[in-house]
Amino acid sequence: MSEIVLEAKGLTKKYGNFAAASGIDLSVSKGEVIGLLGPNGAGKTTTILMLLGLTEATEGTVNILGKDPLRQPLEVKREVGYLPDAVGFYDLMTGRENLRFTAKLSGMSREEAEKRIADALATVRLSEVADRRVATYSRGMRQRLGIAELIMRECKVAILDEPTSGLDPQSTHELLNLIQELSQGGMTILLSSHMLDVVQSICSRVALFHRGRIGFFGTIEELAARIGRGSFVIDVEADGADLQNVGAQISGVSSVQRQPDGRWQVEAAHDVRPDLARLIVSAGGSLKNLDLRRARLDEAYDQYFRELAHAA
Amino acid sequence: MPREGSPFKGVGIVALKEAADHMSSARMHLVMLLVLLTAIAAAWGAIDRIRDTTAEDAYLFLKLFTVAREPLPSFAAFLGFLLPLVAISLGFDAVNGEFNRRTMSRLLAQPVYRDAILFGKFLGGLLVIAIALLTLWLLTVGLGILTLGLPPSGADIVRSVFWLIATLFYAGVWLALAISFSAVIRTPATSALAALSVWLILTFFWGMIAPLLASLQPVDPFDPVSLVNQYELQQSIARFSPQTLYSEITGLLLNPSARSVGPLFMHQLQGAVIGAPLPTMESVMIVWPQISCMVAAMLVLFTLAYVVFQRQEVRA
Repeated sequence: MSEIVLEAKGLTKKYGNFAAASGIDLSVSKGEVIGLLGPNGAGKTTTILMLLGLTEATEGTVNILGKDPLRQPLEVKREVGYLPDAVGFYDLMTGRENLRFTAKLSGMSREEAEKRIADALATVRLSEVADRRVATYSRGMRQRLGIAELIMRECKVAILDEPTSGLDPQSTHELLNLIQELSQGGMTILLSSHMLDVVQSICSRVALFHRGRIGFFGTIEELAARIGRGSFVIDVEADGADLQNVGAQISGVSSVQRQPDGRWQVEAAHDVRPDLARLIVSAGGSLKNLDLRRARLDEAYDQYFRELAHAA
Repeated sequence: MPREGSPFKGVGIVALKEAADHMSSARMHLVMLLVLLTAIAAAWGAIDRIRDTTAEDAYLFLKLFTVAREPLPSFAAFLGFLLPLVAISLGFDAVNGEFNRRTMSRLLAQPVYRDAILFGKFLGGLLVIAIALLTLWLLTVGLGILTLGLPPSGADIVRSVFWLIATLFYAGVWLALAISFSAVIRTPATSALAALSVWLILTFFWGMIAPLLASLQPVDPFDPVSLVNQYELQQSIARFSPQTLYSEITGLLLNPSARSVGPLFMHQLQGAVIGAPLPTMESVMIVWPQISCMVAAMLVLFTLAYVVFQRQEVRA
């Protein structure tokens, strides 16, 4: 295992009797992309603020890059970048001026800042609009400007809160590519989201938040296995046969569901397509299509939270 | 828990950015235009009056600031009236504006302490007011020299510079008040209204409220000292308004023949040459408590803003 850059132990934040987050343990290695997932109000943002030292934890400790964000806030903030949910900029200043201001706050020299700003703006493809007021920027451009700030400051760790919320698919895609580039450049990234397919494509590990706790922390494959369902999902298009009956006869099938569009969705621990085809045909049905795919994260995720809700 | 790093790192940068923002904002342009026009009108009125009465007046130069021609009030009275407005318009959205623009969390994630942000905002506002005041002062002095043809004496300059500094503190009180409201109240419109109502009460109604409160302490018709006591009580209550403090300072600094801000007894005047000017430093000493009070008020209000801001959650 490579060097650990971020470690949180037993983080708890209480507002009166309400625990916004409790017992949060995280350990992140250099260069990882970690997805913090969960519904709104699950404690993702609270956790992020505690990691940064922007909110004091009621209990627990954080260690980022060997430093304590509560004791050495300036040093931590110098190396850890934060892109807040729906980031705001000074509307009356241009994109470049906004970056110049944060560059000065980080204590960069003027020449150094100008050079880094130009590079960062080029990386996020905002060079052409850099001298326009931020008021004229679209939401996607603002998010990219926020990323440019992290690039300019050469942060070692970047924490992004809902970076893709409210973006159209095209902008989302661009932003994710950017994040991936940053990660390949050696930056350790934590991002929170409730959009799961988004996170699936770029995260090395995910943490699932539920009511202020981390219910699961690991890779997507581990998540699928942990949920205890088959990780094979088969879309079946067939007429004239009741898949519920058919599925019951095959070992390894964990569930069969009828989709709103008339297809069937079969989940199994292994590839059951040959058995399915044989049984459907022998039951007198006409088989049109059998489509195997791996469990998607959002299905696993939905399932995970459904189970939690049932358990509660 | 001890924290490392200086709380003042970044103060200058925040202050200069705030000042630059104010200088280029339409809000500030409008307010300054209003102040400039009224101030010039007031100075012009004073010059006109002084021309008519030159022969009778000593300290002509200082009269430039204090003499009024109906219906306009004097230059000093104008500043006392309009400066709070300028300060409130600069400070009312200092903190909550950042939250509303969603820039606060990004700003707090920069490697500076919250102290630097708040202090920088206060200094930035004060810097803009100082520049505006100095400009007004120079304009008026220049206008006086040009039209009246009389150069100010050294003592006149010292007095008016002291007065200028006191004026800056006066504006600072209102700026600190506005920033406190911006930290306590989440909506800029509400915090502006709150600051303006405090200004209205202290400027227009405090003069009526003070005697009312003082009259709660009965006056014994056979005891003249109780009358004096009541008057002094009324004066102390009136001094809760920065407006009162400021007008006392103006009265003493810009009028060398003024002796006291309170009641004066005959025996205290024994041997005094009525109308003779007081040495400049003596005048300053008399209003020193008033100046200290304004500085104290400024610090208390700023501390309030500071405490509220430090405890505020980052997420809105």
